[in-house]
Amino acid sequence: MIYVVVGAGPAGVVAAEQLRKLDPLANIMIIGSEPEPPYSRMAIPYYLTEKIDESGTYLRKADQHYSLRDITIIQQRVTKIDTAMNTVITESGEKYRYDKLLLATGASPSVPPVPGIDLPGVHNCWTLEDAREIVRLARPGASVLLMGAGFIGCIILESLVLRDVKLTVVEMENRMVPRMMNEVSGNMIKRWCEQKGVDVHTSTRADSIESAGGGKLKVNLNGGQSVEADLVITATGVKSNMQFAIDSGLHSDQGILVNSFLQTSNEDVYAAGDVCQGKDFSTGEYTVQAIQPTAVEHAKVAAGNMVRGHRSEHIGNVNMNVLDTLGLVSASFGLWMGAEGGDSSELVNEDAYRYLNLQFKDDVLVGASSLGLTQHVGVLRGLIQSETPLGVWKDRLMKDPMRIMEAYLACSQAQVATA
Amino acid sequence: MLKSLNIDPGKCTGCLQCEMACSLENEGVFNTAKSRIKVFTFHEEGRFVPYTCTQCDEAWCMQACPVDAIVINAATGSKDVKNDLCVGCKVCTIACPFGTINYNADSGKVVKCDLCGGDPQCASACPTDAITYVDANATGLDKMRQWAGKTDNAGA
Repeated sequence: MIYVVVGAGPAGVVAAEQLRKLDPLANIMIIGSEPEPPYSRMAIPYYLTEKIDESGTYLRKADQHYSLRDITIIQQRVTKIDTAMNTVITESGEKYRYDKLLLATGASPSVPPVPGIDLPGVHNCWTLEDAREIVRLARPGASVLLMGAGFIGCIILESLVLRDVKLTVVEMENRMVPRMMNEVSGNMIKRWCEQKGVDVHTSTRADSIESAGGGKLKVNLNGGQSVEADLVITATGVKSNMQFAIDSGLHSDQGILVNSFLQTSNEDVYAAGDVCQGKDFSTGEYTVQAIQPTAVEHAKVAAGNMVRGHRSEHIGNVNMNVLDTLGLVSASFGLWMGAEGGDSSELVNEDAYRYLNLQFKDDVLVGASSLGLTQHVGVLRGLIQSETPLGVWKDRLMKDPMRIMEAYLACSQAQVATA
Repeated sequence: MLKSLNIDPGKCTGCLQCEMACSLENEGVFNTAKSRIKVFTFHEEGRFVPYTCTQCDEAWCMQACPVDAIVINAATGSKDVKNDLCVGCKVCTIACPFGTINYNADSGKVVKCDLCGGDPQCASACPTDAITYVDANATGLDKMRQWAGKTDNAGA
């Protein structure tokens, strides 16, 4: 068998490893478009703060990791899939035949439609190459404007503050991390950042960017204010890298469409990770989650389904995120905004920057979000995904959500429940 | 034969010797807040439940790690955090459905039970045998793993 994996991020690498595990004799190839060893974008913020060097971002650390597993890595951009001939074609015209193909091409930053967005000095922070540029430009004392305070914006925000730049953040929504935090907790993060000296503008849009001379940029905000910056970093969301797949005839929506076996509209082609519109555990709907744990789980399920005799259905992933914004840790899980006809309980401690919000449907936890909590947060995922009936603990949690760990132990762990 | 921690909450008196021993062994201080094993108190029933990582086969933490910083210890079967590689991204802390790998803000890394390399100090310190270190198949681990199976997405 010949397995070709397009994309050298976490989904591509985990899939290739899983394919090797299940099919020791197969021919396995990863084709990635970046001129780097497979690395993790998740680690880039820590590279920006110089907590790690470039090799610290690599997905696998051993020199011979891929060759020992007989996984070939090719650095080329795939531009077309010839599904009739089971062949992928690269930018330079090389062709690679496959029996089964996995598309794990990830996502790219979406470019906001702002005049001046293509000026020098405006950068994304997505690839290792972007990060090198930011390290070069975000010198101590430099003025930096960050467009977007979503997950990626916030994770970069921390790195920028640690680099001692003068930082201004502009976010269109009325709070920070709007896809992870509600108004209460999203604004607690905002207040936290402001206290640390970051200038945060929510409900604000950059209308245009212009050159202000001397290498500086001027960013005009809606409402008339403008901000001067040495560097503008955009983090306004990502979109799946799938144009080549669409052009090759695969069906798509927000991402490449798959069935519950992560198989695309072509039976020999599978998809995983940020490019894949896979099933959401909580809603049953197909969405692009674009998170690390989902990428890895997609990869394992898809790889299994690509190998004869290992077919398994993808039951869906709980959407979840964890973020550290200048030391304030936030997390969200599942239906953190609530379920229709459900109940919720909330603990707010504005002064201590602690927050916990639990969302229930009947006596089952279906979503949660937290701020300032770092111990045992994983049980929130555990309770959501196992759909554990909470029984009497539902009412106790309605009164005091902080008893979540007791509820978990009492309801989930047989050794406790039977005693 | 791999060994694992066997926890019998019925025998636990809540003395917290395990937490003290864990903290001393791993952090060099007697500070229960730094322990990797936690004793939870059920006030209504007057019960105590020691709780830590079961070193589950699924190794959600290890799977989710984006920088290969969690590895299997071949000698004990434990899943160990490599401090020099952990960047502190915390993805493992939300991926682990048992909540047994946690972020330590002081070190900027995550911490979890590593069975003290094969001589778990919590078990040694426990005066009532509520925590013992025994052959893996003799423990209630299977039950917990069964439960873990309910959250297993990968199937294979």
